[in-house]
Amino acid sequence: MSVDQAIVRRIAQLARIAVSDEEVPHLEGELNAILSFVEELGAVDVTDVEPMTSVIPMKLPMRADVVTDGEIESLVLANAPLTEDDFFLVPKVIE
Amino acid sequence: MSAQAQHSKFIQGATGDWEIIVGLEVHAQVTSRSKLFSGASTAFGAPPNSHVSLVDAAMPGMLPVINAECVAQAVRTGLGLKAKINLRSTFDRKNYFYPDLPQGYQISQYKSPIVGEGEIQVDLTPDHSIKVGIERLHLEQDAGKSLHDQSPTQSFVDLNRSGVALMEIVSKPDMRSADEAKAYVTKLRTILRYIGSCDGDMEKGNLRADVNVSVRRPGAPLGTRCEIKNVNSIRFIGQAIDVEARRQVGIIEDGGAIDQETRLFDPARGETRSMRSKEEAHDYRYFPDPDLLPLEFDEGFVADLDAHLPELPDAKKARFMADYGLSAYDSGILVAEKETADYYESAVSHGGAKRDAKAVANWVMGDLSAYANSLGLSVAQTEIGAGSIATLVDLIGEGLISGKIAKDVLAIIIAEDRSADPRAIVEARGLKQVTDTGAIERAVDAIIAANPDKVAQAIAKPTLLGWFVGQVMKSTGGKANPQAVNDMLKQKLGV
Amino acid sequence: MSDPTDLTLAEARDALAAGKLSSLELTKAYLAAMERARALNAYIAETPDQALAMARASDARIARGEAGPLEGLPIGVKDLYATKGVHTQACSHILDGFRPTYESTVTAQLWRDGAVMLGKLNMDEFAMGSSNETSYYGPVASPWLPPNWSAAQGRAALAADKRGLLVPGGSSGGSASAVSARLCLAATASDTGGSIRQPAAFTGICGIKPTYGRCSRYGMVAFASSLDQAGPLARDVRDAAIMLRSMAGHDPKDSTCYDAPVPDYEAAIGRSVKGLKIGVPKEYRLDGMNAEIEKLWAQGVEWLRAAGAAIVDISLPNTRHALPAYYIVAPAEASSNLARYDGVRYGLREPAEDIAALYEKTRAAGFGPEVRRRVMIGTYVLSAGYYDAYYVRAQKIRTLIKRDFETVFADGVDAILTPATPSAAFGIGEKGSADPVEMYLNDVFTVTVNMAGLPGLVAPAGLSAEGLPLGLQLIGRPFDEETLFALGAVMEQSAGRMALPQPWWG
Repeated sequence: MSVDQAIVRRIAQLARIAVSDEEVPHLEGELNAILSFVEELGAVDVTDVEPMTSVIPMKLPMRADVVTDGEIESLVLANAPLTEDDFFLVPKVIE
Repeated sequence: MSAQAQHSKFIQGATGDWEIIVGLEVHAQVTSRSKLFSGASTAFGAPPNSHVSLVDAAMPGMLPVINAECVAQAVRTGLGLKAKINLRSTFDRKNYFYPDLPQGYQISQYKSPIVGEGEIQVDLTPDHSIKVGIERLHLEQDAGKSLHDQSPTQSFVDLNRSGVALMEIVSKPDMRSADEAKAYVTKLRTILRYIGSCDGDMEKGNLRADVNVSVRRPGAPLGTRCEIKNVNSIRFIGQAIDVEARRQVGIIEDGGAIDQETRLFDPARGETRSMRSKEEAHDYRYFPDPDLLPLEFDEGFVADLDAHLPELPDAKKARFMADYGLSAYDSGILVAEKETADYYESAVSHGGAKRDAKAVANWVMGDLSAYANSLGLSVAQTEIGAGSIATLVDLIGEGLISGKIAKDVLAIIIAEDRSADPRAIVEARGLKQVTDTGAIERAVDAIIAANPDKVAQAIAKPTLLGWFVGQVMKSTGGKANPQAVNDMLKQKLGV
Repeated sequence: MSDPTDLTLAEARDALAAGKLSSLELTKAYLAAMERARALNAYIAETPDQALAMARASDARIARGEAGPLEGLPIGVKDLYATKGVHTQACSHILDGFRPTYESTVTAQLWRDGAVMLGKLNMDEFAMGSSNETSYYGPVASPWLPPNWSAAQGRAALAADKRGLLVPGGSSGGSASAVSARLCLAATASDTGGSIRQPAAFTGICGIKPTYGRCSRYGMVAFASSLDQAGPLARDVRDAAIMLRSMAGHDPKDSTCYDAPVPDYEAAIGRSVKGLKIGVPKEYRLDGMNAEIEKLWAQGVEWLRAAGAAIVDISLPNTRHALPAYYIVAPAEASSNLARYDGVRYGLREPAEDIAALYEKTRAAGFGPEVRRRVMIGTYVLSAGYYDAYYVRAQKIRTLIKRDFETVFADGVDAILTPATPSAAFGIGEKGSADPVEMYLNDVFTVTVNMAGLPGLVAPAGLSAEGLPLGLQLIGRPFDEETLFALGAVMEQSAGRMALPQPWWG
C-alpha cells in the first residue's frame, strides 16, 4: 500500500502538524519509502496468532482510592505559555 | 382496546404512522475519592486546576495507575444491571485533539469492556413494564472543562475534571418513546444510587446522556440514526427525542434522507442542531494503551462484591409488596430512593413492634413527603425520625387520637421541634381523643337538643348526619372519636 | 595522581571510599574535561553549581560513614529524563524552556544513592534516531577520530559543521560520547530499538538495556511505551552493573514496572560461565554481512567456548520481520505519546488565531523532520482501514518473535550471542538524507530484543581494521541480567581492555 498527496494531507491534519504545499511531495516520498520497507510483513502467516498485549508476565496493579495528589496549581501551571487566574489560556475554541 | 393499541407509541406523520427507535449512552461519574488513573481528588467545585496531578496535566513522562475502587464500582454496577462481568478487559486510547484533553487521547475501553450484556426492568405503569437491554458498560476518563465566555479571544481551560472516572452505559435500541427513555434513565439512576456507584446528580453533570434517535415505518428496517449529545436532564431527554423524531419524520415525508450526524439539543429553542463542524469524520485511531496491562480479576473478587451489594430496587419492591401488602404503585414510589425505602422500613418495624404497614406507607408518601418536597429534600433528610411516624401510627391504632389530630401533631413537630416525640406532644397539649362514651353521649345529646329542625331533616335525609358529626367534633375541641360519634348519632336518631 | 577522570566508576568509588580522592576534586576534574570538550556537543546543559553542591554533600556523607553505592560519583543524564528544575527537552524544540517540577524515578534513585549530576546529555530528538543527528541541538561527535584523520583535522571539523567526524550512534549519542570521552563516569541512557546498545558498540563502551519493566519509566519522556527501557552506558561491564543496580527497581507510579528485588549485579562479575549454553542464531548472519563483524562474532564464540560455555546453533525464524514490525509499532505508539506536545501547557507555543492553528503551527515548528515522519507513519498505521493490516499484524508478528526466543530458552539456552551493529561508526551526514530507511537498518540486530522485552548487553569486543570499535551483543532470559554481566565480563577480559581515545578535541 502507498499514500498519495491527499492522504498525506489528511494524515497531517489528523496529527495536527501543518505541512506546506511544497513539503507534501517530499513527505509522500518519505512515507512511501517506509511503507515499502514494511510491506513484506503482509506475507507472514499470522493465522491463530494473538497480538502482543504485554511483554512481561504481570497483572495490572491497582492503587487504593485515596487522595494523594493535587493542590499543586503552581507546579501544574509552572511551565505554561499563557495562564490567567490559574486557568490555561488558549485561543478561542469555536464550537 | 387491545394492550397493543393502548400502548401504541407510534407518532402520526403527515403520511401515516412512524415508530421511534431510541438508544441511550449514559455517562455516569463514578463515586470515588480520587480519579481513575491519578491520585487527585474528584470533589466538585474546587478552584481551577487545584484537583490536578502532573498525570492529569499530561506532563512529559507521566503514567496512569488504575484506582481499584473505580474497578469495583464498575463491577458492582454491572451486577446491578444483571450483566456479564468480564474477568479480563483492556484499556484503549481514543486519540483526538482538544484543549480539555491534555494527553491528546482519552483512556477508554473499546474492544474489551469490563461489563458485557445485561438488562434493566423499567416500570412504565403499575401493570406494564418493559425490559431494556444493556449492550455494555465500560470505564473511561472524563475530560476537563473549557470556558469560552470569559474573554472574546481566549478560552479558559480547567483540568479539575480531567481524568475523573466515568462509566459509559450503553443500552440496546430497545426504547420506543420519550416516556420509555425517561423511565429508563430514571430507573438506571435509581439503581446507580442504590449501589452507590454514582450519585446521579444531573445538575452537577454527574449523569448525562447521549441520545440516539431514528424513525421507521412500523415493520420496516431501522432508519438512519442521529446522536444528540450531552443531554443533562430527564426532562430534556424527553423533549429532545420528541423534537428530533418529528424533525426526521418531516425530512423523510418531504422526500429527503437523514444524514447520520451528531446534534445538540437547544432547550431554549426546542430544537436540535447539527454539530457537523466538530465532527469532520473523527478517526479516533483506537489502540490498546501500552502504559496499562490488561485488567484482570477473578470470580472471587466479583463474588465478594456481589455479596456486599445492597438489596436492589426490583427485589425491594417485590418484598414490600409481599411482606407489607403494598400495591405495586405504592411500593414503586417508596423504593425509588433507597433512603426513603430504608426510612419506611425503620418506621414500620420501629421499636420491634408490628404495626399497620399500609398506614405507615400512607404517612410517608402523603404528609411527610409533602413536607419534604416543600423543602426540596427527601423524607430521610427532614430530621423527622422514622420513630415519630411510627408513633403517630401507633397513637391512631391505639385509639388515642384521630387521624385528623395526628396530622395536627405532625404540623406541630414540623413547626416547632422536629425531634419531638408525638406522645409527649399529645400528653402536653391534652390532645387525647375523648373515648368516654358518657362524655360523647352528653355532647351528642346537647347538639340534638339544640337543633330539633336539623334532627327532622337528618332523619329524612341521613347524609346530613355529617353536619351533626361536625358539630359534636367542634364542641369537643376535635377530640371526640369520630367513629364513636357517628355510631351514637345513628343510634340516637334511629338512622 | 594522574588525571582522576581516567579512573573507572568502580575505581573512583573505591578511591573515594579509601579517602584517596574527594568527590569535589573528582567533580571539578570532570567539569574541566567537559569544558575542554564542549565542541563535541555531548552535553546540551551543564549543571556545575548543582554538581559542586552535590559533591560537597557527598564528601560530608563519606566522612560520616554514610556513603551510598554511588556516593560522590559524577554522572551524566540523557535529556530524556525529567530532572527537577533542570533543562529537560528530549532535545526537541517543542519542549523549549521546559523545566520539570518533578524528578524521574531512575534519576531520583541515582541521587538517593549519592551520585553527582554533571548535566544533561544530547540525544536524537524524542529518542528517534540511530546517530544523534536529529537533535534540535545539532549532532554529537564521537571521541573516536575517523580512520587516518589527524587531531587538527578533527578540531577543524568540530569548529565547522562536524561533517566527516564519526557519529557516536543514537539515540543516546550524547551519553555514549560523554562516557567514551571520559566526560562523566557513566551516563543514563534509554533504549527503544537499540539506543543504548548501538552507541555502546560505536564508541567502544558497555551498555545494557535491561528486561522491559526492570526500570521505571516514570519521568522519562515517552517515545514508544511498550519498548522504552532505561539503562546505563559505562566504560566497562562492572561499571554498567553498578549503575544498573541503582537505576532498577519497582515503582508503583509505573504500571508496567515489575515488582521483584534488584540483585547485586556487580556480584555477577567474575562468576563462572562454565556450562552455560550460548545460542548462535543463524538468521543474524545477513547476506553480504560485513566480514569483520562476522569474524568478530566468531571470535566471541571462541572466547565463550574457551571459558567453558557450550555453543549451540539456534534458529530465530522471525528475526527478519522484527525491524519492519518495529517501524510500525514504535511510530504508532509515538504518534499517540507525542500528542500532548501541543503548545497548551508547556513548551513552545507559536502565535495563532485559533486553537487548530495553534496545534498545527506549534507542532510543525517544534518537531524535526524525523519526528514528523514517525508521527505521521504512526498516525497512518493506526487510522481507520489500516489498523488491522499494519498495527495489529505487527503486534502479531511481535508475538511470533517473542515465541522464537521462548522456544530457544525453553530448550536450555541461557544467552544468545550476536553482532551488535552491521558496521562500525559512520560519518556525520553520511546516511539517511536520501532514504530514511537507510538509517533504520542500523537497528537490525538490536530491535528484536525490544520487541521481545528481553535484556540485551553490548560490550566492546575489538577494533576494526581501521581502528574503530566494534561490539558484540548478548541477549538474555527475562530478568536474568546477571548472566549477561557474567558473560560480558568474560568477553571483555578476553578482548582486552578497550583503550578509550585520548583527547584531540581541545
